[in-house]
Amino acid sequence: MSNPLINTLIHPAILETTEPFGETTLIADAAQIVDLCRYLKSEKFNRLCSITAVDWNPKEPRFEVVYHLQALDPTPTTVIPVIRRLRVKIRVSGTNPEVDSVTGVWRGADWYERETFDMFGIGFRNHPNLIRILMPLDWEGYPLRKDFPTHGYKYSYKGEEAK
Amino acid sequence: MKQPLVDHVATIPALQEHPASPSAPRRMTLNMGPQHPSTHGVLRIVIELEGETIRSAAPDIGFLHTGIEKQCEFTNWAQTVTLTDRVDYLSNLANNLVYALTVEKLLQLEIPPKAQWMRVMLAEIDRLNSHLVWLGTHALDIGAMSMFFYCFREREEVLRLKEMFSGQRMMTSYIRPGGLALEPPRGWDKMVGKFIRQFPGRVDEYESLLDNNPIWKIRTQNVGFISIEDMLDLGVTGPMVRAAGIPLDVRKTEPYSSYEKFDFKVATRTENDVYARYRVRLDEMRESAKIIEQAIAGMPEGAWQANAPGVVLPDREKMKTQMEALIYHFKIVTEGYRVPAGEVFVAVESPRGEIAYYIVSDGTQKPYRLHMRTPSFGNLQALPTLLKDLLIADSIAALGSMDFVLGDTDR
Repeated sequence: MSNPLINTLIHPAILETTEPFGETTLIADAAQIVDLCRYLKSEKFNRLCSITAVDWNPKEPRFEVVYHLQALDPTPTTVIPVIRRLRVKIRVSGTNPEVDSVTGVWRGADWYERETFDMFGIGFRNHPNLIRILMPLDWEGYPLRKDFPTHGYKYSYKGEEAK
Repeated sequence: MKQPLVDHVATIPALQEHPASPSAPRRMTLNMGPQHPSTHGVLRIVIELEGETIRSAAPDIGFLHTGIEKQCEFTNWAQTVTLTDRVDYLSNLANNLVYALTVEKLLQLEIPPKAQWMRVMLAEIDRLNSHLVWLGTHALDIGAMSMFFYCFREREEVLRLKEMFSGQRMMTSYIRPGGLALEPPRGWDKMVGKFIRQFPGRVDEYESLLDNNPIWKIRTQNVGFISIEDMLDLGVTGPMVRAAGIPLDVRKTEPYSSYEKFDFKVATRTENDVYARYRVRLDEMRESAKIIEQAIAGMPEGAWQANAPGVVLPDREKMKTQMEALIYHFKIVTEGYRVPAGEVFVAVESPRGEIAYYIVSDGTQKPYRLHMRTPSFGNLQALPTLLKDLLIADSIAALGSMDFVLGDTDR
């Protein structure tokens, strides 16, 4: 059963709307993500909850960048049916992955985009300070990519050859 | 090809704006941490000072990064519970709970009421644990040393309760997909009830110890202001936001695990300073005590695990007598259970704010991707804004009032 309110969101960047497990999901055009986020922010989805990515290696487009938004509304869900949370997904190619930064819409996107860059190597255009956040600055590779090994990379345990 | 190693924080734009004219006041860069006792873990902050006023602050995180999200992709659904414990050492049960809820949403499991109520009770016990440690260490930072001993006296009792349920004081892994890990021990209600009856009196004791202390009030009142707009823009959640008057609480807005059946208030204050955050957490401890009392009084009868033979480990007795139970046990332990493909996002209210797990399953025995939206990471992002134009002596109070756990930040 899909929420009728989903049809009130109209924007040219929205390619598809689905509701897996009752969670409203928008699949959007990666080129217009900033514009879409501005629109969604004006449509009550004023809080950015998190930004992350999923690596679908070896499929193409390889990455999905996932934004979770929340409508801050103190009324309990039981009174009026509202979409409280929204997921926006964009698909990004595996060769030279880059998307526009949404730090201009929410300042809080800063660290989440840095984390996504650090872990997946997805670049964010117009980000004020896109450097690694959790891994050391001279780290090579992107740990959460599916082709990054859990161990044996560069360093090795005693009696084990470095790969 | 190796990148040249530059200082992580020195590249942050705010720190590069040194005064151009010689008449401008001289600025001094001060490195705080990563081993400073008041940073509560390994957090490094590069502070730029003008006299004693902080003009900019740049947090440097990642010292505790252990790649938990990557490890989760290599453990099966049952094993992953033990990794969620290790994210935040002060609210293990909240992390267990959000993981269990996420996996159950994917499996579309029905959880019996008794398990749901037990989960609520345990989550609130966990909140007491976290707030007690926060209050003790925060007061210790500001200089009220005896508070630490009072708080840790009660925290010890809370840890004993956690040990009574799960056999572990910290890494409980007690809330699992499908229900609880073990049957609640005999007499648990008396043990928890005995503790919770005396607890509100203890909170009053903390209150009188601190509120009758003029130094405490001077150090905390009108210190550490951050505007509501900034907080919402930067993604701050939890007691920080509630101390600014916004009743943002996942337990009320999106009730999970039968929270809607409990009668409690969302503690809010309007002053939006360090003192207000302390009062909000004290009030939350009182509300938690109320919830625990209601949970003991109205605990439903019945099963404490879902009827899902392929997911929940069978009873030991049945395992020794019934063939099917033995097969299920063997299959769950050796190859693990499969979870239908899909993606879900579930948020709960941890003591520090909103904790949310985003799980992508590809239908195998292991999570394809598990993203943890942790409250400390979101809150810490507001640190530069919070510390700006603050006196350096007040920075400790402001920093402590955020209540972050660095393990939670770095994962």
